[in-house]
Amino acid sequence: MQIQGNAWKFGDSISTDHIAPGRLFHLRTNLPELAKHVLEDADPEFAGKVQPGDFVVGGKNFGLGSSREHAPTIIKLAGVGAVLAESYARIFYRNAINVGLPVLICDTTQIDQGDELEVDVSKGEVRDITKGITIKAKPLPDVMIKILNDGGLLEHFRKNGGFALEA
Amino acid sequence: MGKTIVEKILSEHCTTDAYAGDIVVAEIDAALVQDGTGPLAVQQLQKLGMEKAAKPERTVLFIDHAAPSPRKELSNAHKILRDFAAKTGAILSDVNEGVCHQRMVERYMNPGEVLIGADSHTCTAGALGAFATGMGSTDVAIGIASGQTWLRVPETFKVYVTGEFQHGVYPKDFMLHFIGMIGADGATYKALEFCGPTIDAMDMSGRFTLANMAVEAGAKAGLFQSDETTKKYLEECGRGDKWSEVKADEDAVYEAVYEIDISTLEPTISCPHTVDNTKTIQEVAGTTVDQVFIGTCTNGRIEDLRIAAQILAGKKRNPNTRLLVCPASNDVYLKAIEEGIIAKLVAAGAAIVNPGCGACVGVHGGILGDGEVCLATQNRNFQGRMGNPEGFIYLSSPAVAAATAIEGVIADPRKYL
Repeated sequence: MQIQGNAWKFGDSISTDHIAPGRLFHLRTNLPELAKHVLEDADPEFAGKVQPGDFVVGGKNFGLGSSREHAPTIIKLAGVGAVLAESYARIFYRNAINVGLPVLICDTTQIDQGDELEVDVSKGEVRDITKGITIKAKPLPDVMIKILNDGGLLEHFRKNGGFALEA
Repeated sequence: MGKTIVEKILSEHCTTDAYAGDIVVAEIDAALVQDGTGPLAVQQLQKLGMEKAAKPERTVLFIDHAAPSPRKELSNAHKILRDFAAKTGAILSDVNEGVCHQRMVERYMNPGEVLIGADSHTCTAGALGAFATGMGSTDVAIGIASGQTWLRVPETFKVYVTGEFQHGVYPKDFMLHFIGMIGADGATYKALEFCGPTIDAMDMSGRFTLANMAVEAGAKAGLFQSDETTKKYLEECGRGDKWSEVKADEDAVYEAVYEIDISTLEPTISCPHTVDNTKTIQEVAGTTVDQVFIGTCTNGRIEDLRIAAQILAGKKRNPNTRLLVCPASNDVYLKAIEEGIIAKLVAAGAAIVNPGCGACVGVHGGILGDGEVCLATQNRNFQGRMGNPEGFIYLSSPAVAAATAIEGVIADPRKYL
């Protein structure tokens, strides 16, 4: 799966409150509307300007905080191709895979705001076209690749009539 | 090979001996969703054509985050949960009954069990010797319908605590200190196992506070062995017969061991905007505070309200500082009325908010204005948490919060005790 777009750079510790703020709690049953506010508290311009295929590039512990699956869901709904970060909070990482949002663990310190990127999710490769460099991502655990390839947890469960996670 | 508490519990809930790093499909004993995550869980089950609960008597749907509902969209979200409960026989924990985590330990959870919840602080029940962890709506939805979930068995960090708390220093101060020490991602994907003489001597309320905040260090669960204290708590809840012994093997394998002596620990505060941004009371005393909030699943128990009332009795809140108090559950609220705690707090100028999560999660009942500062007993202080990204949140024990309400600036509680 090859995705091309520009980088939106965020810092460390981007929380689920930054991504899907509690003050917009009433929009949780209207995800397309909530997606218009995605990451608003980290960068008010992001939701209005992000283009399909663009990348959210974070630092350490991306997605810390709440279990709200709405957070990765609205990142995906906003058209983001993948999230790249140095590390993720556990629940966000699992939720992202469940909703079919690719999340890559890689060294994002070399990527700057606006850089043009090409990401190969299955190879785990990030090419920074602007900088002319290739960054290797840490591979996803097998179980998560399975779920992601099935199109998320719901599809995985539907397709297999239950969990089918053995190697 | 010996097992940690997590390995023992998960082994009993799957078909193999489970060790750290294994991927298992585990039977779950109980599941919870709340009004922020539950409607999406129900919608996912509808998509699957699996609108059912494998264990309706252990599936609890909480209306606690926006309760009572402050707007029509949320009332409609509540209806989704009400309809699901009516259709499946799952339990609805309605407005005012309390915050999901407090209610789960008061009514439903027992040692050795597995709980998954669509709320990150589900780990609270780990204090009872259960494996309890937070997940997203889809994971929990499938857990509700199938009675199973998949898990990677986490490695365990042993947190061995020694020493006696100084007067005016509490388990909350320890947990903030510990998170400051290892960082908000210090235990990512791991289980924390709390043990040692200080933990053995700690009451259930303190253990709940520690387990509740395990996720603030990134952990998947925070666990305690079950002992006489656990047994006594369950007896008080009318479930003494549900006690069983849960403890790690002597030769269990830990990824890391932290030994911490708390005998010189000071009241500790988390400063904006991350929980691991901790300082001692001396470093932040004097900071002006617009609002004090005592309550939540972290510190809204009767023990917490007792300390606050003890400090505030016969005194008044500072006229420039609002004081909100939210009992964590209806049971706590009633007990606080019976003990005269509520009268003392109201006389001191507190606004009592009905049991729920509204203020902590920024939905309603205590939203900050631009530039305002709140000192709260809750578990996180992320930017925007209390409904306004222009607000600033400090975290503390209930004692620090009560002293701060009197002075209008962050204050050391020890002079009031």
